[in-house]
Parts: sequence; C-alpha cells; structure tokens
Amino acid sequence: MNFTLSETQEMLRESARDFLAEKCPKSYVRQMETDENGYSPALWKEMAELGWLGLALPELYGGFGMEFIDLAVLLEEMGRVCLPGPFFASVVLGAMTILADGNEKQKAAYLPVIASGKTIVTMALYDSDGACDASSLAATAFAEKNDFIINGAKLFVPDAHAADYIILAARTSDEKDEQQGITVYIVPAKDSGVQCTVLKTISGAKLYEVIFDNVRVPRDNVLGSPGKGWPIMEKAMERAAAAVCCDTVGVLQKVQEMTLNYAKERKQFERPIGAFQVIQQYMADMVTDADGARFTAYQAAWKISEGLPATKETAIAKVWSAESYERTITKAHQIFGAIGTTMDHDLHFYTTRGKAAQLSYGDADFWRELVAKAMGL
Amino acid sequence: MDFEFTAEQEDFRQEVRDFLEDEIKKGTFRPMCDGWIQGFSWDFTKKVAGKGWLGITWPKQYGGLGRSHIDRLILTEEMLRYGAPSACHWFAERQIGRAIYVYGTEDQKQEILPKILKGEACIGLGMSEPEAGSDLAALKTNAVEDGADYIINGQKMWTSCARYMTHIYLVARTDPTAPKQKGISEFIINAKLPGITTRPTIDTTGSEAWGEVFFDNVRVNKKYLIGEKNRGFYQILNQLDYERSGIERLMGNYPLFEAIIKFSKETKRNGKPICEDPLIRNRLAQLQVEFEVGRMLIYRVVQVMERGKAPNVEAAIAKPFCTTFEQHLANIATDILGPFGQLWKESKYAPLMGMAAYSFLASKGYSLQAGTNEILKGIVATRGLGLPSTS
Repeated sequence: MNFTLSETQEMLRESARDFLAEKCPKSYVRQMETDENGYSPALWKEMAELGWLGLALPELYGGFGMEFIDLAVLLEEMGRVCLPGPFFASVVLGAMTILADGNEKQKAAYLPVIASGKTIVTMALYDSDGACDASSLAATAFAEKNDFIINGAKLFVPDAHAADYIILAARTSDEKDEQQGITVYIVPAKDSGVQCTVLKTISGAKLYEVIFDNVRVPRDNVLGSPGKGWPIMEKAMERAAAAVCCDTVGVLQKVQEMTLNYAKERKQFERPIGAFQVIQQYMADMVTDADGARFTAYQAAWKISEGLPATKETAIAKVWSAESYERTITKAHQIFGAIGTTMDHDLHFYTTRGKAAQLSYGDADFWRELVAKAMGL
Repeated sequence: MDFEFTAEQEDFRQEVRDFLEDEIKKGTFRPMCDGWIQGFSWDFTKKVAGKGWLGITWPKQYGGLGRSHIDRLILTEEMLRYGAPSACHWFAERQIGRAIYVYGTEDQKQEILPKILKGEACIGLGMSEPEAGSDLAALKTNAVEDGADYIINGQKMWTSCARYMTHIYLVARTDPTAPKQKGISEFIINAKLPGITTRPTIDTTGSEAWGEVFFDNVRVNKKYLIGEKNRGFYQILNQLDYERSGIERLMGNYPLFEAIIKFSKETKRNGKPICEDPLIRNRLAQLQVEFEVGRMLIYRVVQVMERGKAPNVEAAIAKPFCTTFEQHLANIATDILGPFGQLWKESKYAPLMGMAAYSFLASKGYSLQAGTNEILKGIVATRGLGLPSTS
C-alpha cells in the first residue's frame, strides 16, 4: 500500500510538466479549437520523439516499455494543461486495445507506427443513440469470401478525421445473448465508404459522427475472435474510463491551484477573500474531492496495469471523478466570480474539459450500476 | 505505487478475522455499531491484549511490537467490521500511549504504558468544557501548584468512557496570566482520586455516551504532569492528529452497512428484491463509492504516519469526509426501511436490531467529536493551503 509516485514516475511527471508548460499554453489550446485537425503535427512529432506515444508499449513494438500506470501520470499532466489532440484516441483507445487483444501480426503492424506517430488509430465506442452497451450496438457486418462488409453509424468517435484506422464493433450474427455475435474490426479510416462529420463540442474536442457504408475489410482486420468481440469493447471502455479519470485528476488539481491563488490575491472588504470561512470551506472541499479522485483513479489504473480485475475500481473512480468535477468546478466559478464566466479567462478550458470527461466513457449512472453489480445487488 | 496489501498483511488480516469470528461463536460479543466507543468489555479487551494487539505500533522499548501503522489499520478495520466492543482500550491505545511515550517521564512510562498494553487502563479524555468546545484553549479547569502537588478544580464534559475509566487524561490551566494557549498543561491522573465525581450524559440514542467530570480540590502529584508545563496545548494538537487519524470515523457503523445491503438483497417488494429498485440500487452504490473514497483517504493518512509524520492536514481531510459518509449511510438505511427505520431495537418489528435508528441519531455527533467538520476544514484551508487565518 503506497500511494506515492516512484522516482521514475516523478521524473516523468516533471519532464512532462515542463514540456507541456512550454508547448501547450492556453493560446495553443485556443488555436486548436478552430483548427481542422485539432492538433499540431509538429508537436505530435515531438511527443513521439519523447516516447510518449509508445510509453506503455513493450520495447518489442517500438515502445518505451513502461506500464499503464505510468501512462496515468502523463494523462494527468495533459489534463492539467488541457492538451488537445489525438493522444488519448491513438494511445489509450487504439494502441492499448491492439496491445491487449491483437494477434502478433496486428501488434507488429500497428503498434510501432502508433509509437512513432506515423499512424493514428481511434476507436468507436458509442452507437447512434449515444450508448455504449451491447443492446445498442446497431452496426452490422457480414462475411463475403475473405472479407467482411461493414455498415452502420457511430457517434462521438474522437479524432476520426485525423485517424488512419478506426476500431469498431459490429454485429455479425443475431444471438439471444446480446453480448454474443459481435465482432471487432480495425477499419481504414480513409476508405471511401467511411464518412466523418465533425460535431461541435463545448470543449473543442474533435468528436465525429462516422458512417460506414459498405466498407470492405479483410479477415486479417478482425481483432480477437469473430463473434466474441464484446469483452474487447468492455475492456477498452474500462481502460478509457480509468484513463479519462486521470485526465480529470489533472483538471481538478489545476483548478484547485488556480482558485487557491486567486483566493489569496483577490481582495474584497480589505482582505483576501480566502480569509473568509466560506471560501476556506469551499477550498477544503475541493482538496478532499481532488484527493479522492486522485487515489481512486490511480488505483483503477494500477489494477489495469497489473492485469487484475479492475471493473469495480474503475467504476468507483469514474463515479467519483464525475461528481467531484461538478462540485469542484462549481465552487471554482463561485470563488472566481464573474470573471471566471468569460472567454477571456482560463477557467472555462477546465470547465469544458472536465465536463467532456464526465460525459465520456460512461457517466456516473452507467458506472454506479457497475458498482451495484460488484456489490451483488 | 502499490494498491495492494502484502501477503503478510493479508495473513494478519485473516488472523484477526479468525480471532473475532471465534469470539463471536464463543459468545464473547455480538457485533454492534459504535463498538469502539460504546462497547465496554474488559473481558474482550484483555483477550485482545493477550494477542499482543494493543500498542502494536509502539516502539519495542515501550513494550510495543514496533509494527507498521498499516498493520494497526488492518487490525482496527477488522475490529470495526465485526463491531467488536473495544471501548475500554480504544482511546488509551490510539493516542494516550503515544502521548506518554513521546512526552511523558520515565516514571509515567513505567506506570501507565504496561497497563494500557495489558488492557487494564481505560482512559477518559478530559478536554472539553462547557465554555471550551472547538475553542479548546479557552478551558478554565485550573491546576494550582501546592508543594509537591497540583490542586485541580473545574469541570470537564463529553468525556467518553466516564463510567469505566481508570485514568483521566486531563488538560488544565497552569498559568492563568499567560495568553490562553500558553498556560495549559497535560496530566495523566487516576480517575478514582478523592474529589473527582462524574455524572452521565445521555445522548439522543438513550446511551450513556459521555460523562461530565467534576474536579473539586483534587490533589495530584506533580509527577503526573506530562511533558513540559504550559506547553500542553502544543502537545495536544499533535495528539489530536492521531485522535482523528483512524478508520473508526468511516467504519463505526459498518455492521449497519452490511446489514442494509443484505436486507436489500433479501427483502422483496412486489415480488422483487428491493435492491433491484433502481432508486435504492443507485443510493446503495453511491454509498459504496463514498465508502471506498473514504477508505483511500484514511489509507493515505496511515501512509503519512508510516513515514514518521504527524497526520495533520491529511487526517483533517479524511475525518469530515468519513463522518459525512456515516451520516449518509444512516439516512439511506432508515429511508430504505421506511417507517420501520424509526424503531428502537426493543420495539416489535424493529429491523436490523434497531441499528438504523440508532445510527441515524448517533451519527449527528460524529461530525462534532474530535474536531467539528468546520474546524477540520479550517485546518485544511489554513495549515494545508496556507490561506490566512480568520481569527
């Protein structure tokens, strides 16, 4: 039992913090909101050179040989600066899923090019109704000779436009059990049958509607076993949820620091507003919420890292993350006063980033249900 | 980072569980809410002492086992899980032993520490007074030097264990002319000294939760002053960090938590277990989330202690969170039981041995004792975050 970072993780954190402070000021975040791709290829290249894109991949596949828990440290730092771009999509959704469930050939084909930044892979977890469960899965695929033909629509696919491949699940047979008869594919995103429409999000995150119209992929592009793909999606969802909690830890921590500084500097009634007990209690609540979010997120990431069952821990983390975000950001806005509600102020980057995370990869109700299941209810 | 217990720690947990299950089978105790503060059983306390489990974190030179704070956490976590009657030894073991081996004289160590370790000392805390609650330094009970003794006059209240205590850990004013925080000293005294009388305080659950303790010209030998004269307040602050560091703030009502979950699985309404009702399900799951977060906050406290630091801000973060969880638990449990949630354990139809009604009432005090939530959040804000003091 030890909640502190290792020396290596501390080093990673420090170097990430320095790098991102320089490369990802709020002017960059602002600029990327209106950029078509939502990221700078030059920065992407630098992140690849730092080894970040392959941080948690084995050296065998061009990775850095670290673990998911180390990736958590990096994700927290990215949340702290609201880093835009396809890192989460390509690394957490793409690379980690292929690493977990790909065959040797697929791992050798995709992972080194993800690590080097040449290839971007994303994943479609939501169906058109905005749900991520097997009963909502509407896309279909059927076999034709050595190929599969995929049809369907997916929503909220991150960075689909920038991606070279999209991982998605489609129903290949109708079974009594909704979780059966599902197959996962790696689909070339530039296929003429793939049509991406960007959605305009409050955080500037590039989320897409992706329509697959008779997209033909060879059998080699099946991830895992045909018909048995649902557990792949569940695990991917779990990793994504744990990872997005780590991003939110960064958001909460930064919001706490910004708000604290303001409470010390801003004077009203001839004293810093932080001398008022109400503000102090808000700040103490923010610390408690953020600490809870940190420990639960890292616990989930650690369980995943160790290959241990992590559903309950991820569920706890995601529920707490979602709720502590809402409480914290509301208090932060209250302390900052009216200036915090303007576009000129940095707080809104965190308001929207945290909100996007809260709604992504299962909201609090979705994960609370999994807590209930884990309790045997 | 590491979110697991070691194999040795898991073995120890199992050993504690085996012991407790065995004692339940033998009829030594029945699991109860608040067993750590309301369950007095010298028989049980002596058995725990016999296992060597009192003072396990104390240094070996003082008769402890020098084991880690994580081991103690495991021990206390299981005691609370099983609602064991641990009140005779809890305070002494948790904070007074340490106060004595850190600040006390050699004589005091020789006299008091073995009694705590053997489960023979039940130590009441003589801190709060009618005019000194959160503002402890405003206390008026005074100790005046008289030859080899101090003469003590005054009144304490909210003293747990007042009926059972063998000793009183007393805080009294020794310099009435000094600024209020600088004229206070600590004593460890025999609770049966002439001039000490007690009067029970009955809480809203009908339990004798505390006592008032009156001191009428009580003569105490100077050798029972702990540490430095007039430095008592600073010693107390350190002791209070330990007072609020434990998992009892989260798990005091664990038997109710388990019982309401079981009840929700086994009780049917409209032909279905009530835990399948989405509203009940959601609230129980939310409780579990809060419980797990509270557990992490306390595990962090213990790690701070393990690094040899006083768990000041960390305990001040954990305690209000955990007592708030206990209030949520009591509220949700009574809600799930509906009108039955108001029944005392003696009543016809009382569900879950009346634990829900008890806990609902008792839990209003949890966020007051050992530092109110407001005082503790103030500590987080000022000492933790460096915000200006409001006074």
